[in-house]
Formats: sequence, structure tokens, C-alpha cells
Amino acid sequence: MNISLTLSEKTHELLSAIMPPSVASIVEMILIAVVYLTFFAIAGLFLVLLERKVAARFQLRLGPNRVGFQGWFQTVADALKLVSKELTGTVKADKFLYNLAPYFVIITALMALAVIPFAGYFQAFDINIGVLFIIALSSIGVIGILLAGWGSNNKFAMIGAMRSGVQTISYELSVGLSLLTMILITGSLQFSEIVEVQRNGWLIVQGHIPAVLAFMIYMIAGTAETNRAPFDLVEAESELGAGFHTEYSGMKFAYFFLAEFINMFIIASIAVTVFFGAYLSPFGITESLPWLGLFWFLAKALVLLFLMMWFRWTFPRLRIDQLLTLEWKYLLPLNLMNIVLMAVVVWLKLTIQF
Amino acid sequence: METATVNTNFKSEEYFINMGPQHPATHGVLRLLLTIDGEVIKKVEPDLGYIHRSIEKMCERNSYQQIIHLTDRLDYLSSHINNEAVCLAVENALGVEIPERAKVVRTIIGELTRIASHCLWWGVLGMDVGALTTYFYGFRDREMINDIFEETCGARLTMNYSLPGGLMFDIHPNFISRVKAFITHFRSKLPEYDTLLTNNVIFQKRTKGVGVLSKEAAISYGASGPVGRASGYSCDVRKHHPYSALNKVTFKEILKTEGDTFARYQVRIEEMWESLSIIEQLIDNIPEGNFQVATDAVIKLPKGEFYQKVETARGELGVFIISTGTKNPYRLKFRSPGLSNLSLLNHIAVGGKVGDLVASMATLDLVIPDIDR
Repeated sequence: MNISLTLSEKTHELLSAIMPPSVASIVEMILIAVVYLTFFAIAGLFLVLLERKVAARFQLRLGPNRVGFQGWFQTVADALKLVSKELTGTVKADKFLYNLAPYFVIITALMALAVIPFAGYFQAFDINIGVLFIIALSSIGVIGILLAGWGSNNKFAMIGAMRSGVQTISYELSVGLSLLTMILITGSLQFSEIVEVQRNGWLIVQGHIPAVLAFMIYMIAGTAETNRAPFDLVEAESELGAGFHTEYSGMKFAYFFLAEFINMFIIASIAVTVFFGAYLSPFGITESLPWLGLFWFLAKALVLLFLMMWFRWTFPRLRIDQLLTLEWKYLLPLNLMNIVLMAVVVWLKLTIQF
Repeated sequence: METATVNTNFKSEEYFINMGPQHPATHGVLRLLLTIDGEVIKKVEPDLGYIHRSIEKMCERNSYQQIIHLTDRLDYLSSHINNEAVCLAVENALGVEIPERAKVVRTIIGELTRIASHCLWWGVLGMDVGALTTYFYGFRDREMINDIFEETCGARLTMNYSLPGGLMFDIHPNFISRVKAFITHFRSKLPEYDTLLTNNVIFQKRTKGVGVLSKEAAISYGASGPVGRASGYSCDVRKHHPYSALNKVTFKEILKTEGDTFARYQVRIEEMWESLSIIEQLIDNIPEGNFQVATDAVIKLPKGEFYQKVETARGELGVFIISTGTKNPYRLKFRSPGLSNLSLLNHIAVGGKVGDLVASMATLDLVIPDIDR
């Protein structure tokens, strides 16, 4: 029996026994929200630490090994610093939009976590249009960045926001189309079904050439969508100071910062789900221990996260016109051809299944 | 009363941006007034004076020995070469011939300074185009040179090693072995620079064909150093007017013809190889003997005008002294490489994007105190 399923059933039985069903379901929702918020916070902190450690290895830095055992308390110190800092703002800013912006960014990141299948039954919201839902959500985050840029009444922030608009909306296409390519194999938009299909081999194996192409496009576009180097033109610290979040301080800045890391995690999670069999173990080696699903999921996600960090600490930044050229002249046509290729592969049953 | 002036040369879709005086890409307190249309640069107007310290005026008040201590505050990444420039000017005016040992050591330290400066430039350039890692690699290698300097003269950055008549101290007993160790180290690390940045596709796309400066423009703007040489303008002072021990060594003057940001980058990278070879030729042959000749405690230059130029890491630094025969100069003027290189920024940046401006500005290798004297 799956441990997370047992846990949720036990909780459900316990709550139903002591309160009316409507109250019980509300309490359950709150409990789930608390679990996810905790997960969100811990994942955010961990990713910040991971980024610092990866950067330290790449860049001969010594810092992130100093606070606590092997530097594990570094992010705690970082978080305390961010929480305790004063929230400054500009006088002539559009206060309402300025204050609203971080919430758009953070809420979309949080909502997207809900549909990701972390383990067998560790998925808050298993809807039949999961992929569509995630694509729709990820396009809301850009509104937050645009509002931040506009509301700050700062030209650097505004340029950052304009860049963000063109960048996120362009690369959204590639993310969507590359996921669509994989949907052709699975025939379903529901994440749990996408995972089940992969019991006969991960989708990147099943779809071979077009799947590998789709994965590469997805990783490039996904990195671009999270505004990370080499596509970090939205922040572009050497050009725009700090881009769209120039005027944000303390916790409000932390929201953007945290959202970036969670978005990165979401991009990696979707890649793991759609290409690498989510929580399924390689060759089913731990099939008898379904509670190891979370371990496999996180392990695969970490590899992809490391890849994205590797990009960040080695590549220079693209220029805005090169960024758009890459998307509209190379990735998009390649993506469209890839979909046709995948359709042919599925039609002629050339997929590889174990 | 109407105080605001409306510039009628602007179209309604263009807007101003103040890049600086505090901005990550200006590497100091330089203010650039940008006129932008979307992301396209229409005009760049540098606004100077934010760290002006009247060094030239202070020089008029000080004795020649004291002036040396001001020069390293100009281009603080070429401090030794700046010192050397004033020393050479004073020595030439006095007609003093300094010992061979001092000449050779000055040249070695000068080339080490050049490498250190280029290391920093390389790291910072990477940072400007978004590759943060280069910064740390550049600093790792520069640190070894700084350690050598510290051991030699006590300072890591604003060195005062030359003085009229030779050197302030003799070299440290460890000097030769440490320089040799550095050469071995750096020869193995320079290819890493190419792997990380030079051969990177994104970097090449960002720099090739960007910020093009023609040879004619380079000459007319008074560009010198790697900026001029990247445009095919042979302007290496070390070749054309050798000073100290530079006539004893063989080295190539790196010339490129493209004149773009990537060419300026390549010139500096290749210059580091040349500097290594210059040091290698000299380090085993440091002549024995005295490291300075005695000069008067109060140096009085003969009446007249004296000019000495040297090649700093950024280009041609000229020292022009008008002496009336007293113990301090009547007028002292520095011809700094940074100022003329900055003047061509508008020429190469117009029509490019904001990102291009940052990249081409990085290859001009501006040091603001050198410009704002």
C-alpha cells in the first residue's frame, strides 16, 4: 500500500469521525495547503542553498561552507536577513500595482505545484487537463513581472518588464509545443495518466528522436521562461541594475527570488514527469517500494536543476534580439516539425516500448 | 521663469536613461546619459567629474618624488606603469641613466601589472556580458601577481616601486622563483579562459561585429592601446618608442583589423601571452648591481618642456611637464588613454542595443579615476 495514500485515508477517516463532512473537507484542504506551503518554503530555501553551493564549486568560492555544518545554515541566515529588512518603495510608484506584483508571481508558482505528481498519491490536484493547466498558469507569472516593472516607476525596471513580456510570451510557445509533442504519445493531458504510460519505458525512450528533440527544446525554453541565465535579460544586473525588481526590497524582493527558484523546480518537475517517468524508478527496480517514489522524483528533478545551474554559471547572457531570433527562427519551426515527426512516429507505431 | 530646456532633437518615442554614476557596468562613478528608443541606443553622452580630485593641480604643488605617489591613484590597475612614466620623464629631463638592473625589474613588474590588469578586465568583461564565473577566475590569477607585488614593495594595488633614479627597494629574494611559478601557473590557466569565454558561442555572438571602430576613426579619436590595435592601428609605445628594458626583448605587437568588440577582446588575451614571454625573456637575466642611482633630495628639473609616454594596460599614457627650474612642475598634464577611449563610446555604441553598449564599454577597459583626474 502506498504510504501517502494510507496517510491521506487515515486523516480523512479521523476527521470524518469527529466533524461533519463539509467541515472535514475544509480542514483537509487547509492541511494540504499547509503541507504544500511548507514544501514550498523548504524547497525554496534548499534550492537557494544548492545554487550557492553549485556556484561555489564552479567559481572557487569558499563562502557557502562557513555557516553551520558545511554551510547548511546559510539560507536560514539569508532568510532571516530578508525578513528583517525594511520594505522600501518609491514615492511616485503606483502603490497598488507595486504591492500586488509579487503576489502574482508567488501565487502562480504555488498553484503550479499542486498538479505535479510527486509520488503515487502525493498530488494535490489530479485534473484531466493537468498539462494545459500548468501552461495556462505559467503565463500568469509574467503579469506579475510586468506589473512590477510598470508599478515601480523606474526606467530600468520598465525595460526589464518589457523584455520579460517579449521573452516569456515567446518562449511560452516552445514550452507548450514541446509538451504537446509528448502528449501525442500519451494521448492524455492528465499527469497521473502520463506517468502510468511510462511504466513501459520513460517517454524520452518511447519517443526516441522526436522526444529527445522535444526535451532539448523544452529545457532551453523552460530556462528562458524562468528568466535564468543565459536568458536572464529581465534582471540583467550588468545592464539594468536589477531589472524589474530594482525597486523591491526585503520580503517583497524575496517573493520574486523565491518564485524564480520554485519556477525552476516546476520546470524541472514537469520535465521529469513528461520525459523521465516522474516517480517511477528506472527499470522498475524499486517497484515494490512505492514510497521511494518521492526520492526518485526529487533525484531526477535535482539532476535537471543542476543542469540549469550549470547553464547559469557558465554562459554569458544573450542579447534581446538574439533571444527572439533563437525562439522565432529556430526553436519554433523546429518544434513544429518535431510535432509532425512525432505524429508520424506515433502513427507508424515506431515508439519503443519495453 | 522657464528653467527647463527642451531639446528639440528628440523624437517622442525616445527617452533618457541615466546609466550611472552608480551602475554595475560603468565600473566606477561614470555617468552615461543614454538616449534610447526601445532598446536601441540613439546617443551616449558621458558625464564626467564625479570623482575628480585635481591630481594635476596637486602635482604642481608637490616635489617630483611626491608626484610619484599621486600617479598610482590615477589608473590604479596600471599603477606601476604610471609611476614609471613620471620617473622616466624626470630622469630624461635630468639626463640620469639608471642601472640596468632597475630597468629590467621595472619592465618585469610593468608586464606583470599589465597581466594583472588584463585578468581583472577579463573577469569583469565576463560579468558584463552575464558570465559571472570569469570574475573569480580572473581574480584567482591576479591574486598571485598581487602577492608578488606585496612582497616586493609592500603594496598590492597602489604601488610605489619606481622613483626617479631607479627603484625604491631591491627585489625580494623570492621574487624570481615566484614570478617563475606564476608563469607556469598562468600558462596552464590561460587556455581555460578560452574554453570558458572566448570559444563560447553566445559570447562570440554578443561581441562579433558589435561596436565596430574603423582604423580611421580610431586614429581620429586618439584611441590607443588594445582599442587602437584591434582596429589595425599600430600604436604600441613599447614597439615604437621602447623604454626601460623593452628594447632588449622580442615580442609581437598584436594587431587585428576587425575593430569590433571581439577583436578588442582577442588583442588583450593575446597580449597576455606576449607579456608572459617578455617576462620569461627577462626573469633569468636580471643584471646584478645597484638598483638605483643617487639623486638629489630635492630634484630640480631644468627649464623646459618634457614629454614621456609609456604603454599602460589601457594604452598610451603621456606625461607632459613644463618646468621653470624650480623643485616642482609649473604645469603637469597626463594624457590618459581612458579619456580618448571613452570619447569614442558614442561613435561605436549608436545603433546598438543596451546589451551591446555594456559589452563594448567593457572592451574599452575604462578606469574612471584615470579619466577623471
